[in-house]
Amino acid sequence: MFEISEKKKLAQDVYSVWVEAPKIAAHAQPGQFVIVIAEEDGERIPLTIVDKTEDKIRLIFQVVGKSTTKMSTFENGDSFAHVVGPLGNPSEIDYYGTVLLIGGGIGVAPILPILKALKEKGNRVITIMGARTADLLILEDEFTQLSDKLIVTTDDGSKGMKGLVTDGMKKVVSDGEKIDKAWAIGPVIMMKFATKTAQELGFPIIVSLNPIMVDGTGMCGGCRVTVGDSVKFACVDGPEFEGELVEWDELLKRLGQYKVEEKESLEEKKEKNVQKRF
Amino acid sequence: MRNKVPVKKQPPEERKHNFQEVAYGYCLEEAMMEADRCLQCPDSAYNCINGCPVGVDIRGFIRELKEGNLAKSAEILKSYNNLPSICGRVCPQENQCEGACTLGKSGAFEPVAIGRLERFVADWERVQRKNEKNNIQVSKDNVKGKVAVVGAGPSGLTVAADLAKMGYYVKIFEALHKPGGVLTYGIPEFRLPKEIVFEEVEYVKSLGVEIETDVVVGKTITIDEMREEFDAIFIGTGAGTPRFLNIPGENLNGVYSSSEFLTRVNLMKAYEFPLVDTPVKVGKHVVVVGAGNVAMDASRSALRLGAETVTVVYRRSEEEMPARKEEYENAVEEGINFMWLTNPIECKGNEKGELTSVVCQKMKLGEPDSSGRRRPIPIENSYVEIPADLFIVAIGQESNKVLLNAFPELKLNKWGYIEADPVTGVTSVEGVWAGGDIVTGAATVIEAMGAGKRAAKAIDEYISSKVGKF
Repeated sequence: MFEISEKKKLAQDVYSVWVEAPKIAAHAQPGQFVIVIAEEDGERIPLTIVDKTEDKIRLIFQVVGKSTTKMSTFENGDSFAHVVGPLGNPSEIDYYGTVLLIGGGIGVAPILPILKALKEKGNRVITIMGARTADLLILEDEFTQLSDKLIVTTDDGSKGMKGLVTDGMKKVVSDGEKIDKAWAIGPVIMMKFATKTAQELGFPIIVSLNPIMVDGTGMCGGCRVTVGDSVKFACVDGPEFEGELVEWDELLKRLGQYKVEEKESLEEKKEKNVQKRF
Repeated sequence: MRNKVPVKKQPPEERKHNFQEVAYGYCLEEAMMEADRCLQCPDSAYNCINGCPVGVDIRGFIRELKEGNLAKSAEILKSYNNLPSICGRVCPQENQCEGACTLGKSGAFEPVAIGRLERFVADWERVQRKNEKNNIQVSKDNVKGKVAVVGAGPSGLTVAADLAKMGYYVKIFEALHKPGGVLTYGIPEFRLPKEIVFEEVEYVKSLGVEIETDVVVGKTITIDEMREEFDAIFIGTGAGTPRFLNIPGENLNGVYSSSEFLTRVNLMKAYEFPLVDTPVKVGKHVVVVGAGNVAMDASRSALRLGAETVTVVYRRSEEEMPARKEEYENAVEEGINFMWLTNPIECKGNEKGELTSVVCQKMKLGEPDSSGRRRPIPIENSYVEIPADLFIVAIGQESNKVLLNAFPELKLNKWGYIEADPVTGVTSVEGVWAGGDIVTGAATVIEAMGAGKRAAKAIDEYISSKVGKF
């Protein structure tokens, strides 16, 4: 179980894997995630389910620290020690009319299943894919194929529109599109500004939050976020919320909680590798 | 001998820097000496058994121990309790078997140390078992029925072991990556070594019970799918959602629920970080709110991680403290500070969002409330600000809604726990039983086991009667 196949490098430090997990594949819906433990006694990390077949799920991850570095060394035929899910609430897929989907960086991956589901419901879907530079763009083929309209933005202008996803949002509206509903998934800071822009442009926006998680089943509250007037656990109440209700600055600060420890962990790993070599 | 044979412990100065077990347990001579104190009361005066939620034949197992028949003693224990080396360590015996002991009731003597004796016999038996390595092969074909158990905590493990012994095929579904429930993620190593938990789980498996981890029932598989495959379902998912104080600043960095803190430390072994991958904040000055066993576990864990000061604040007084006396005394010995009649009202932080202090209000006790305990009343203008970089909220749990949301036809009580018959565990849905914290709210390990035992009996009766009809 949890055997990896079709491992692919999508961009620098970004990998796509298919993982054998029949029970999860049978029940997963767009917007849900899994918790992965790469090796026994490793940490539990949340990853969105990007796609599925009958008995496999597709995960896309970016190497940002110790666990994801470890995961990137797994090859076809290797297995993750544990994968649990599908967790969280599914996205609210319905017929809205014209839907704008905004993905930033690795955040375009969790947008993909939502896009597919919205298309199936007959929505007209406009997608904005944002990346720092052209070579960090992922899943462009899939998005080109599925979207009714696709806008690519890069910070340095190396591909598509020069600028941020929020510039893309403004362009879509100034081009005369009337947006009925939007989703934004990506770094917190991007979701925060996408929400602000959506409010200015006058359409509702859903965001998928990515706080620190441990169990992912509502038993610890590590992933708590303030939404509106109440504290929610993103793993069971979310991960999707209405953007305008989210306390963004608190979420940003909470995400930085273990910076020191994360660095220490990575350095420890390097040391271990050094020891192994000699 | 007037009093209990004392048990050797790690000295406080040493143990506050490690996660190894505090109490070493009896050696054979000590156990025999303590067993000798048992009066072997006649049936008419036989009290201790009534104090035990699973009704262990205490007189019997102590008698065999006294006579040196350790194997027989263990056999008696095991016929009542599937996880005795755990119960011997974590049961609040003072309120249960030992609280009812005739010797203790005399007033002149301490009660027989039943818990320590149970631990001794169970540990002896575990070692024998390891040496024997007998693997019972249970065939799935010739079974009385199939039962699914949701949750691998004390109630689930007990119901599963009992049903397997009666000839059922039992499969436990566990959401986490390791079985044991609170025994694994909640109770720290220094009270209950995980190796012991996993060995006891291995025993349950050796009876033919299958355990599948990484399954969140209601998400990974549905209730309907479970019903199709099994004749009965037992729900033992515990009271796993933490309660917060809902005070300003509670989402600052450095504020944990006890569940998160203990899960990181126990289940994820964060005390070995960075050798393991899961980090936990190490506080210099730690405040813990609450005075139950969880608060003791959290404060003593924080101390072991390297805190300079650990302060437990509680809105009532020492007298109302729900924690086990022994663990409270251990905590005091290790240097944990206690501030009674003190209730947090705000967490203060810096511009980076890190906790810097916990502001508390002093309380006084008023008239008894519905729970019979005197109600704490805030004293106006009496504030105390405790500098802190780590604050752990240990004020109790609520029922976890993940499964319950997927099971809308299940009737809940007004507190959100499952409505189930206190004796049989029968719920409002046919073929579905429930027991442990998901029915009672946070209680003890042994009470959860008692519920599991009674449900196993009821499930057996249900399935047997159904089979008889065909």
